[in-house]
Amino acid sequence: MSPFTVTEANPLRDAADRRLPRIAGPSGLVIFGVTGDLSRKKLMPAVYDLANRGLLPPGFSLVGFARREWAHEDFAQEVHDAVKEHARTPFREEVWQQLIQGMRFVQGTFDDDDAFERLRGTIEELDKAQGTGGNFAFYLSVPPSSFPVVIQQLKKHGLADQTPSSWRRAVIEKPFGHNLASAEELNKVVHEVFAPDQVFRIDHYLGKETVQNILALRFANTMFEPIWNRSFVDHVQITMAEDIGIGGRAGYYDGIGAARDVIQNHLLQLMALTAMEEPASFDADALAAEKTKVLGAVRLPKDLGRDTVFAQYAAGWQGGEKAVGYLQEEGIDAKSKTDTYAAIRLGIDNRRWAGVPFYLRTGKRLGRRVTEIAVVFQRAPHSPFDHTATEELGKNAIVIRVQPDEGVTVRFGSKVPGTSMEIRDVSMDFAYGESFTESSPEAYERLILDVLLGDSNLFPRTEEVELSWKILDPIEEYWDQHGRPAQYPAGTWGPVEADEMLERDGRSWRRP
Amino acid sequence: MKIDLTDTTASKINKALVQGRRAIGTPAVGMVLTLVIVTDEENAYDALKAANDASHEHPSRTLVVIKRVSRSPRDRTQSRLDAEVRVGADAGSGETVVLRLYGEVSDHAQSVVLPLLLPDAPVVVWWPVNAPLDPAKDPLGALAQRRVTDTYASEQPVRELSARADTYTPGDTDLSWTRITPWRSMLAAALDQVVCEVKAVEVEGEEFNPSCELLAMWLADRLDVPVKRSLSGGPGLTAVRMDTDCGPIALDRADGSLATLSIQGQPDRAVALKRRETSELIAEELRRLDPDDTYASALRFGVERLNSSAPAPAVRSAEAAEAAVAKAVRAVALAEAAVARAEEPPAEESPAEESLAEDAEESAAKAAGEGSPAKGASVGTPAEIAAKASAKQAKAQDPVTKAAAK
Repeated sequence: MSPFTVTEANPLRDAADRRLPRIAGPSGLVIFGVTGDLSRKKLMPAVYDLANRGLLPPGFSLVGFARREWAHEDFAQEVHDAVKEHARTPFREEVWQQLIQGMRFVQGTFDDDDAFERLRGTIEELDKAQGTGGNFAFYLSVPPSSFPVVIQQLKKHGLADQTPSSWRRAVIEKPFGHNLASAEELNKVVHEVFAPDQVFRIDHYLGKETVQNILALRFANTMFEPIWNRSFVDHVQITMAEDIGIGGRAGYYDGIGAARDVIQNHLLQLMALTAMEEPASFDADALAAEKTKVLGAVRLPKDLGRDTVFAQYAAGWQGGEKAVGYLQEEGIDAKSKTDTYAAIRLGIDNRRWAGVPFYLRTGKRLGRRVTEIAVVFQRAPHSPFDHTATEELGKNAIVIRVQPDEGVTVRFGSKVPGTSMEIRDVSMDFAYGESFTESSPEAYERLILDVLLGDSNLFPRTEEVELSWKILDPIEEYWDQHGRPAQYPAGTWGPVEADEMLERDGRSWRRP
Repeated sequence: MKIDLTDTTASKINKALVQGRRAIGTPAVGMVLTLVIVTDEENAYDALKAANDASHEHPSRTLVVIKRVSRSPRDRTQSRLDAEVRVGADAGSGETVVLRLYGEVSDHAQSVVLPLLLPDAPVVVWWPVNAPLDPAKDPLGALAQRRVTDTYASEQPVRELSARADTYTPGDTDLSWTRITPWRSMLAAALDQVVCEVKAVEVEGEEFNPSCELLAMWLADRLDVPVKRSLSGGPGLTAVRMDTDCGPIALDRADGSLATLSIQGQPDRAVALKRRETSELIAEELRRLDPDDTYASALRFGVERLNSSAPAPAVRSAEAAEAAVAKAVRAVALAEAAVARAEEPPAEESPAEESLAEDAEESAAKAAGEGSPAKGASVGTPAEIAAKASAKQAKAQDPVTKAAAK
């Protein structure tokens, strides 16, 4: 993917030599909005962890850009503190010494031309002092409203110009717009300056080991794929629940809501990975092709009022603590219709999935923090056991636990020891923490490394983003025009309306 | 929790493991491999500690086999097996059995270990010290997919490297090789950044450190240039200097933790290259359990062929001629190896030999071709002839091999 590869020419590289890790080429990372939470808690620690694992090139440079009046040393101190507090791997002085040589800070606002000139000067200086070779990724950890101005500034000051021997990449975070029109607008703005293959949209879920494992589970094994279709699967439930409220994000959250915040990107991506056909290979194009195909085949329910639910949390008790309702949160309009809970039923119109409902739900202030994909199978077509024997037997299920407690559970029936024939659900469990490592890399580590390597496997593309909006837009419009959000007490598993929605189909939500 | 068993058997140990797991409430087994550590009492503690740390990445059943020394003829005839079973917090993430073998049973350790291996999971044997000369033929080594030795811990590391090369079997690996992964990865990254041809290499490090030899052999094997091994006070490896057609590239580590990478025309850069703990080495070793062909190739290059060339010659053509000689010598060696192997042919291996012989001929021809422009220096010729002759000889042996195989 990178514009120039000397790898084949390098006699020390050998495909058979699997101990040697993929190290990014000479490069640097510029973070806009470096004083933000994401940067402190995730990005800086991820950069350090990568360096500690020996995956960053010698001379790797980190440039912070923010309004705060900092000298380079203050910035380094800030990174130091963030790393000490949040990094996954232990702090090592020599790794820090390696990193600190390439750390720079540029003070300024996004409309300040001088600041961007200084940034360009800094980058040129780093090319000389650190040998970064003109390769820089710009990480836009900024509010969506600032995207256009930063992108335009990068263009204006020649910071986005690639030469044949160097690259410039843009990394952007969700939200990728708030509906189809705004997403298209945003893509236009970004693509005007950066080529589509140099734009990396971060959906950190895709960087998670468990999400990548969906592909391994499905396509590296024989025992799952034959039953992964409408003949055996009854329905699929994809859940992402949070136990926290909106916290201090009222300004961002109100008007956006749970469906736009979570379903549009994370849940639809999880659904695409669960439902897609086998890609021809695991390269970025083949994967994107399959994901696009399945997202394009998604069909909305005919009656949106019947098969979707939106709701807000009301005051209640969450895990032993008293929680206020959404409408009582600071900074929220008491008449707000923003959803903090959303559940939708989707169908996929293809030979594999026709007639199998996919239930997607997400919410804040639910029972506990959990993300999982549950593939629920049909009941055995005929049971030689009498009714009382199988009374306690549920449907078989494969549950992929994305977080926390990453792993896979298979649920099936087993005879209860004793003289009578009685069958009950048992589960067989694979836990990442048990079978592999307690220290699998953070999603951001993997994603930042992939950006530097130019590997776009794990990043949703323009088409995927636009298709997701096409799925969600009609639902959002319907909610906007029909009724008010249902209410659910904080700390429960959502509103009764959602339970009724599944009951009508003769099913029920799993308690994750 | 710990369960002590005195004068016991493997089946009693198995029972104790199940009992221990039940008692701590985790009957499910998520372990991915069995790690057998063969050691003496003196090194058992450190080795087990490293293995337990590594088990956080690879939950495993760890069997520590300690052969106790019997000090009298009577002791030697009495045999006894003591075991200490540890599960839960005492055993990292996994379970540990420390086996102490007294008397005769210490010669039959495999009979104790075999029933304790996890079903259907890979087995790794690690000898922190006193590894057998032929790990694959060792009764315990024969149980394993992966056999980990450590030449660093031996009395004559460099001589042991040669021995390892002679007995190499796919699945063998050595911690001295694991130790240099960060160096290798940094050197490869350095060459990623330039388009230069390497002319000569110098590897500098402390004496009696086989990692230096392995790194030198790897470089010589991959780059096909003369590699000089020179001594320094350490710690460990201290520098690798590559002489290329676009100036020197050097990776210097004086203090054992922070190195400097200098490339001609580029600024010097600091690189973290810390010497790693044994637990990290073992964790890396357990990450992949397939044969390490790169190691095999570097090991087989042969320690004696390092430093083989004289100091860098002044004239270009002489240098080229020298390289040709080196190649020819290598081809001879390969051809000889082929001959040697052809003389004692195991049935399945004949295709491999054929290709090896062909390789030898090819590289001999190549060496000859490259040698010719340098004829002014009048060096190449005898080596060429020798190479060709040996290669032919190897070829000639081939039909015999096949016949024998049939």
